[in-house]
Amino acid sequence: MTATSDTLLELSGIGKRFGGLAALSDVSLHIKRGEIYGLIGPNGAGKTTLFNIVTGLYQLDAGKFTFDGVVYARCKPHLLAAAGIARTFQNIRLFANMTALENVMVGRHVRTRANVFGALLRNRATQEEERSIERGAKELLRYVGIERPAQTLAKHLSYGEQRRLEIARALATEPRLLALDEPAAGMNATETENLKALLQTIRSSGITLLLIEHDVKLILGLCDRVAVLDYGKKIAEGIPQEVRSNPAVIAAYLGEEAA
Amino acid sequence: MRFGAKFRPVFAVLAAALLLLPFAIDALFGHGWVRIADFALLYIMLALGLNIVVGYAGLLDLGYIAFFAVGAYNYALLSSPQLGLHWPVWVVLPLGALLACVFGVLLGAPTLKLRGDYLAIVTLGFGEIIRIFMNNLNAPVNITNGPQGISMIDPVQTGGFSFGTAHRLFGIEIPSVHLYYYLFLAFTLLVVFVSRRLENSRIGRAWMAIREDEVAAEAMGIDTRNVKLLAFAIGATFGGISGGLFAGFQGFISPESFGLMESIMILCMVVLGGMGNIWGVVLGGVLLTLLPEAFRHGAGPVQQALFGKSIIDPESLRMLMFGLALVLVMLWRPAGLWPSTQRRRELTDEDDDVVKQEQDTVYDSNK
Amino acid sequence: MDILLQQIFNGLVQGSVYALVALGYTMVYGILGLINFAHGEVVMVGAMVALAASQVLLSAALPPLLVLLLALMAAMAVCMALGFVIERIAYRPLRNAPRLAPLITAIGVSIVLQNLAMIVWGREYHAFPQLLPHDSHTLGGAVINDVQLIIVLAALLMMAGLMLLVHRTRLGRAMRAVAENPSAAMLMGVDINSVISVTFMIGSALAAVAGLMVSANYGIVHYYMGFLLGLKAFTAAVLGGIGNLRGAMLGGVLLGLIESLGAGYIGDLTGGFLGSNYQDVFAFFVLIAVLIFRPSGLLGERVAERA
Repeated sequence: MTATSDTLLELSGIGKRFGGLAALSDVSLHIKRGEIYGLIGPNGAGKTTLFNIVTGLYQLDAGKFTFDGVVYARCKPHLLAAAGIARTFQNIRLFANMTALENVMVGRHVRTRANVFGALLRNRATQEEERSIERGAKELLRYVGIERPAQTLAKHLSYGEQRRLEIARALATEPRLLALDEPAAGMNATETENLKALLQTIRSSGITLLLIEHDVKLILGLCDRVAVLDYGKKIAEGIPQEVRSNPAVIAAYLGEEAA
Repeated sequence: MRFGAKFRPVFAVLAAALLLLPFAIDALFGHGWVRIADFALLYIMLALGLNIVVGYAGLLDLGYIAFFAVGAYNYALLSSPQLGLHWPVWVVLPLGALLACVFGVLLGAPTLKLRGDYLAIVTLGFGEIIRIFMNNLNAPVNITNGPQGISMIDPVQTGGFSFGTAHRLFGIEIPSVHLYYYLFLAFTLLVVFVSRRLENSRIGRAWMAIREDEVAAEAMGIDTRNVKLLAFAIGATFGGISGGLFAGFQGFISPESFGLMESIMILCMVVLGGMGNIWGVVLGGVLLTLLPEAFRHGAGPVQQALFGKSIIDPESLRMLMFGLALVLVMLWRPAGLWPSTQRRRELTDEDDDVVKQEQDTVYDSNK
Repeated sequence: MDILLQQIFNGLVQGSVYALVALGYTMVYGILGLINFAHGEVVMVGAMVALAASQVLLSAALPPLLVLLLALMAAMAVCMALGFVIERIAYRPLRNAPRLAPLITAIGVSIVLQNLAMIVWGREYHAFPQLLPHDSHTLGGAVINDVQLIIVLAALLMMAGLMLLVHRTRLGRAMRAVAENPSAAMLMGVDINSVISVTFMIGSALAAVAGLMVSANYGIVHYYMGFLLGLKAFTAAVLGGIGNLRGAMLGGVLLGLIESLGAGYIGDLTGGFLGSNYQDVFAFFVLIAVLIFRPSGLLGERVAERA
């Protein structure tokens, strides 16, 4: 356990099958504390499957999942969130009819404790907790740069703001690993630049980032290390420059474009 | 509270109006309508209970009346000649609430992982199961007295004070229906209070998060199963309490009062009034209790006046009008008569709803 | 043994009716994701219209079989029109509305239809004329009559026809496309509104047939007959996996069998404590059990609704 102290997440020999289809086979990787780790690969390479395993949506069929020294055999998303893994969604899954503020406040759920009796009696502890939840949520909204009133419904935010709100909501769970599923999808160049700056700020605050991206340029410019998946296997891993010149990676991407 | 200093007078007037209401109704419309007001309060309690399940947590429960039945039968069995028991009300009512809560958890635990409409049909089945058991548990051992129901149920009484008879207080003769009105009003206010407190709490936010997007809620660390169970349990508890009060008030219950139609009626109150908004649900409860009664009393005489005789069976006419009203109100205001602020805003500008456009459904695709 | 066989026969007959009605629920659900709560009342209207038509035609001294056919056509025509109107008035305007709104209008329509029927036909039970031979046949110790045989055969025929329609025709392809992905279907030039209308009409036509079947089988028509039947059929659709046509058929037949076997044996199973009046409980218990262990129904696709 102590030997892996600089490793936050370790996956070894991960396998996942859907029916007869092997979505992932024997994938191993480790993410170090404080780094930005990118996961790329052509469509259908198994990125999202791996991502869903890391965040608890899928259970793995084979392999070992170690987060912060603890082995998780079968684990539900809410327990992983409690353990310190937070995520965003590729197709934005905000609580559309709740305000921006409430969205982030929901993120505080896992770090707060008020129960039904607390809610009914509204005792001092509950009131203080509510105040701190609200304060923290407002701070996070500012942190990710949402300027609109906190009472705006989530669905009335602009696309870029919705992406940011999702990040704020995830940060509210006080994660040690923030997993982002194509955070730049659908963004224009300026928005992507802003996102990049935000992610770097988050990293400098000590949070480890796992990123799936389609935008290879973004990931190469942002990540400390990158893994490439193709047909459910890891075909390369390393610093961006290495990966970029790796013949297997070039073949995988060119092969896709040629097809 | 929410009411600031300048609302205090409004609040006082409202309180006075609620206190004087039964006398006003009695004077204007007669005793029968005070009774109807009592029922309205019972229904409001039920609707608020269901609102926690449907309105907050977004779980469609079509068998909610079962919890009402559990509370009512609990009261009836423990305070009537049926089993020869006459337990005190302060034991029976909490017991009914607890029992309903337990039933809620028992039903919820295995079923809450089901998707929306499947949950609806399972809860519907559960409601029917409870009703059929009530209907048939008169043989070989007579427990519920079957379809005949249980009668001569003790009125709500405590410390020698019975709500079942008129009392003279402060020199005013207060009839039993008025007393029940105040009792139910107190309970209703309690339920409103509990709903409000829960709505604006960590638990309430978790419910709404689940309603909005269960997967995302779970990813944010909400133990969706437990939180949904909690909604079920609390909703059921409300149902159990009002069931007990109903049994004591009526003095008679039978399985007929706990059919699917009753569950649907309560759901209509919630949706028609405005899901998730306490005051909307209260409005729904009042309207759906009063309107059918008004039709009942109005349908016969109006026909008499128009045609000189009753052409159409007033009972069917009443239900016909009721059905039409449901359709028309929903077409006119799909989010309910008094939707919560959020939903109201949702209806005013739908166009910049990016998420919804992205998760395209048939509802969007052919406007 | 002959009791077992008898219960199986009864279950098959009842199950065929459930299956036909369940198809209506499942088709609408497959396309709109909506529980058409009023569907059970459409069955009732079908039965009532068939009754009224056959009374008129019989008094005109037409041969029973012709009367049956004409009554069936009248019932189907009225029900199709009704299905069309219900969708237009109660569901179409609410396609963008909150999810529960159309459920409430559906309930409203259901109440309206029920009470209209009560106003027109009264509260009493009406005897349905015998248009088909009721000769009984003994098969392996169990009895089945002509009407019941015809019900099972007709149901099979209708279902086969529906499968052909859905899988072999242009219209069927459009229906499947809309069910799969409405916006893509629209982009491909499918007129979604008319597909939905047609779906309602087909479902309603099947309901009309089912209504006639129930009336002919029991010889009784009543304004309230659609409610429980609809409920059971919906249960059957869910049991089979709602949205899935084969599932609705399987669910219907299974529910019929479960009910009749349950009713036949529940007394023995519980040592006489519970009698056949618990028939409905049995059906719902099985439903709940199935859903707990196979939440998407028997033939439902296990669609991961997740990320």
